[in-house]
Amino acid sequence: MAKITFIEFSGTAHEVDASNGMSVMESAVKNMVPGIDADCGGACACATCHVYVEPDWLEAVGERNEMEEDMLDFAFDVRDNSRLSCQIKVSDALDGLVVKVPEKQF
Amino acid sequence: MRAEVIKTDAVIIGGGPCGLFAIFELGLLDIKCHVIDILDRAGGQCTELYPEKPIYDIPALPIVSGQELTDRLMEQARPFDAQFHYNQMVTELEKRGDNEFVVKTDAGTELHAKIVVIAAGGGSFQPKKPPMPGIDAFEGTSVFYSVRKMDMFRGKDILIVGGGDSALDWTLNLQPLANSMTLLHRRDDFRAAPDSVNKMRELVAAGKMDLKIGQVTELKGDNGQLTGVAAKGKEGEFDVACNTMLPFFGLTMKLGPVADWGLNLNENLITVDTEKFETSVPGIFAIGDINTYPGKLKLILSGFHEAALMSQQAFRYINPGERLLFQYTTSSSSLQKKLGVA
Ligand SMILES: Cc1cc2nc3c(=O)[nH]c(=O)nc-3n(C[C@H](O)[C@H](O)[C@H](O)COP(=O)(O)OP(=O)(O)OC[C@H]3O[C@@H](n4cnc5c(N)ncnc54)[C@H](O)[C@@H]3O)c2cc1C
Ligand code: FES
Repeated sequence: MAKITFIEFSGTAHEVDASNGMSVMESAVKNMVPGIDADCGGACACATCHVYVEPDWLEAVGERNEMEEDMLDFAFDVRDNSRLSCQIKVSDALDGLVVKVPEKQF
Repeated sequence: MRAEVIKTDAVIIGGGPCGLFAIFELGLLDIKCHVIDILDRAGGQCTELYPEKPIYDIPALPIVSGQELTDRLMEQARPFDAQFHYNQMVTELEKRGDNEFVVKTDAGTELHAKIVVIAAGGGSFQPKKPPMPGIDAFEGTSVFYSVRKMDMFRGKDILIVGGGDSALDWTLNLQPLANSMTLLHRRDDFRAAPDSVNKMRELVAAGKMDLKIGQVTELKGDNGQLTGVAAKGKEGEFDVACNTMLPFFGLTMKLGPVADWGLNLNENLITVDTEKFETSVPGIFAIGDINTYPGKLKLILSGFHEAALMSQQAFRYINPGERLLFQYTTSSSSLQKKLGVA
């Protein structure tokens, strides 16, 4: 279990409960967090689940995988802390994770 | 450039799995189809979003990839010789008189059909528009998301943004026509085919084009005329002069023109009955992900069932007064003849 906070571009924060093994994207969609479109349902095929991981959490979240790095080419305003949230698996280690949602997925 | 009007029994809007299976079900009832899709190939979400991913819930196929399912549906529909019109978006759908529908596409194709099946899924796949401030003002004059006629780009100072196959292919295709060509990508690594990347690098080495690493931060120009962009890379900010920009950031599904056809909708889905899967306009059907009814599941197998039942009613419209005989493909010699196996 982990509590994850999504901060919308407007600043509005949404804290959700996520179970281990699900993806950060799924925890957002399940709780209807605005701004995570996830067109492809987590297949790493759309780049509409783009988030910015808060710097303190980068290490715990880990590195992008290769497929994700490629898919990020289809995201806008990619930064060093950009991730596709469908590629981050929830675990106890991510309890308290904070991510920012971009202004628009596209 | 208007081509002649195509007359047919049925037009299927959308070549996803449900549209493809509709060819088969309609075909068994001798109904000829034309299929239109904005993509350049069949398969809809299955081939666009997850060609390599396994699907586990297609009856009797314990595991099948999105691409393989599409290939098999195409094979199953082959005896019925449907005509495919790819790279075209249906923009207009209108009822004209009794029993005739007029379908028009953005490529100028006009079809007249006795029935129409909307199998538009999650909507039409359209190029993603990067959320760059002010981009709208340049669209159609300086900013383009696709290339219809290469000649339009002759003598231009072109900036292509992206690192996928579309970005690289158009870089290579337009470079010989352009006055100048710059490719801008966020990293010096490309998801596009290695062969295209090599060709692009050769052009850069030969001084025939520029490659810049970074992301656009600002568009410059006014009155719809782009004069350049500001960009930011690892080494800081820089400008690229250009009068034409082509951003390639992949596709996204947008409901698109379906909303304008005067059909009853519920939350962007077309409402249908569960006997015939017919819309609020008799003769126009909706199957697959685009429709909604109590209990709807957005699954491929639901779309298959909907295609079969829809076809029964389509037959009645196309052959008024004729009795429809229920038959099995296993035992009916007439069905087997249609399938080319008898
Ligand atoms: C990652 C992922 C995994 C999935 N896994 C499964 C699974 O395991 N099992 C399952 O049953 N389902 C699964 N689905 C859902 C399944 O893919 C859809 O239910 C199915 O694709 C719907 O088929 P369709 O033919 O209705 O529409 P689509 O596949 O969406 O195809 C519609 C087509 O219509 C075209 N179109 C739309 N409007 C127009 C227009 N105006 N003019 C021209 N063309 C137009 C579109 O470009 C598109 O090609 C999955 C979906 C995704 C994204
Ligand atoms: S949901 Fe499509 S890439 Fe993450």
